[in-house]
Amino acid sequence: MSELNLNSLYQQLILEHYRKPRNKGELPEATVEIHMANPVCGDEIRLQLQIDGDRIVEARHVGQGCSISQAAVSMMTNLIKGKSLSEAEGLADRFTAMMHGDEEVAKDRTMGDLRALKGVSKFPVRIKCALLAFDALQEAIKKTKDPS
Amino acid sequence: MYQAVSTFDVNKIRNEFPVLNQVVNGKPLTYLDSAATAQKPRSVLDVLGKYYREDNANVHRGIHELSRRATLAYEGARGRVAEWLGASDPAEVIWTRGTTESINLVAATWGFDQLKEGDEILLTTMEHHSNIVPWQLVARRTGARLRYIELDDEGKLRLDELDELLTDRTRLVAMTQVSNALGTVNPVERVIEAAHARGALVLLDGAQAVPHMKVDVRELDVDFYAFSSHKMCGPTGAGVLWARREILEGMSPYQGGGEMIGIVGRDESSWADIPHKFEAGTPNIAGAVGAAAAVDFMEQVGYEAIKEHETGLLRYALNRLAQIPDLSVYGPKDVRERSGVIAFALGDAHPHDIATILDSEGVAIRAGHHCAQLVMKHFGVAATARASFSLYNTTDDVDRLVAGLQVVHSIFGR
Repeated sequence: MSELNLNSLYQQLILEHYRKPRNKGELPEATVEIHMANPVCGDEIRLQLQIDGDRIVEARHVGQGCSISQAAVSMMTNLIKGKSLSEAEGLADRFTAMMHGDEEVAKDRTMGDLRALKGVSKFPVRIKCALLAFDALQEAIKKTKDPS
Repeated sequence: MYQAVSTFDVNKIRNEFPVLNQVVNGKPLTYLDSAATAQKPRSVLDVLGKYYREDNANVHRGIHELSRRATLAYEGARGRVAEWLGASDPAEVIWTRGTTESINLVAATWGFDQLKEGDEILLTTMEHHSNIVPWQLVARRTGARLRYIELDDEGKLRLDELDELLTDRTRLVAMTQVSNALGTVNPVERVIEAAHARGALVLLDGAQAVPHMKVDVRELDVDFYAFSSHKMCGPTGAGVLWARREILEGMSPYQGGGEMIGIVGRDESSWADIPHKFEAGTPNIAGAVGAAAAVDFMEQVGYEAIKEHETGLLRYALNRLAQIPDLSVYGPKDVRERSGVIAFALGDAHPHDIATILDSEGVAIRAGHHCAQLVMKHFGVAATARASFSLYNTTDDVDRLVAGLQVVHSIFGR
């Protein structure tokens, strides 16, 4: 693996989100909370969403982990605020496709800062880190739609 | 092959490990993950191949020539390991899948049989999960209570609390000889003496000790000793539980099946004598043979020579790492109190990111909690980066680690 790949992995934007995570902290008004952990490595995300009807009104997160997992949840929470549940699900699907090497998604402007994570797809053992936030999002949506 | 301390030649040793001679991600492989599993020398690889090519058969049941040879090889390996461990009797050596199964065997037989409500098991917060969770299962089943020897800031055991923690209710002390997460070498003799004075038995997890130091179970005066062959250059899936004969004879069987029985009736059966009582089913015959070959290899190189080489390497590595800004090392400061492992943090770079960047430089380390979450909690971190050393590592390996960490610094320091 060349240095070039490392640079594509550790983009400035990723390190910036890692150091100054957006939407970090408790959300007392949360209607759903999902705790996701990667037991292999100890990365942890507690995703809290305030959902009103079909819309994500607010999104926050608590946890700790590597630059990839923490940047992903920071970027994701920025993007899903104000989105409908199906829009958020679509975002999760597109991000997953990008992690599996879909180049088209990586050019999609609606993916926002998440496009900076494109390089992770070249590091198979790190894909799980990037997907942790979206796994939590999908669980949260599932739990909201079917509370039983 | 290798004779005396003075002939220790690390390049000659490296030549015995074919896997080390390769390029990874465009860089020469720098393998610094031997605490997870060590690489295997030709002599071990050859013996595994030879066993399957020439002697493979099931043990203890065939009349034919191959079965005789396989049985001889399997029992010969047991005898070799017993001799190397300083055991008085080969029957005290039980073959298992590894350290984890060895400890679980003791927990599920001696633990379930002997312990009752109010009894205490003394552990340390330095233990690998495999020496914590089996005892939690025992505690849940029997009502026994777990207590812990805590760590100090350097990651050494707080043995000043030992007298208070050892009570008349303490039935077992289960502890590691060398920490997999910190490299701390524990003064186990002192704990064994104090535990015995209170009438408690002692189980040692030797997984991280046997790759680095000579172990003599009778000299240690320990009661149970568990280790895995794969950490000391042997095959995976082969490990040992050693215990004193009278203890093993008093223990219930572990698993039921072939090999472990005397006579089987409709409702009841009788058991075979030790060691077979604990070895139900077809064992890992090749694994045992490979484990004995690993013992031969380690002894031919010589533990004194290994220790001298590794201590020098650790000292060199600690000095070089001290020059990297923002890098902090966990564990004992005195190199004589540590073995094999250097766990560290580097600024705000997460251990995973460190490991990914090092991997791109061909340097293999481990990042995570190292199956020692109580250690992570003690230091207030979720994970650490860990470089671990074996007899085949060189100062060049350390230099490549340091160069890789400078790349980490250049990415995360910007």
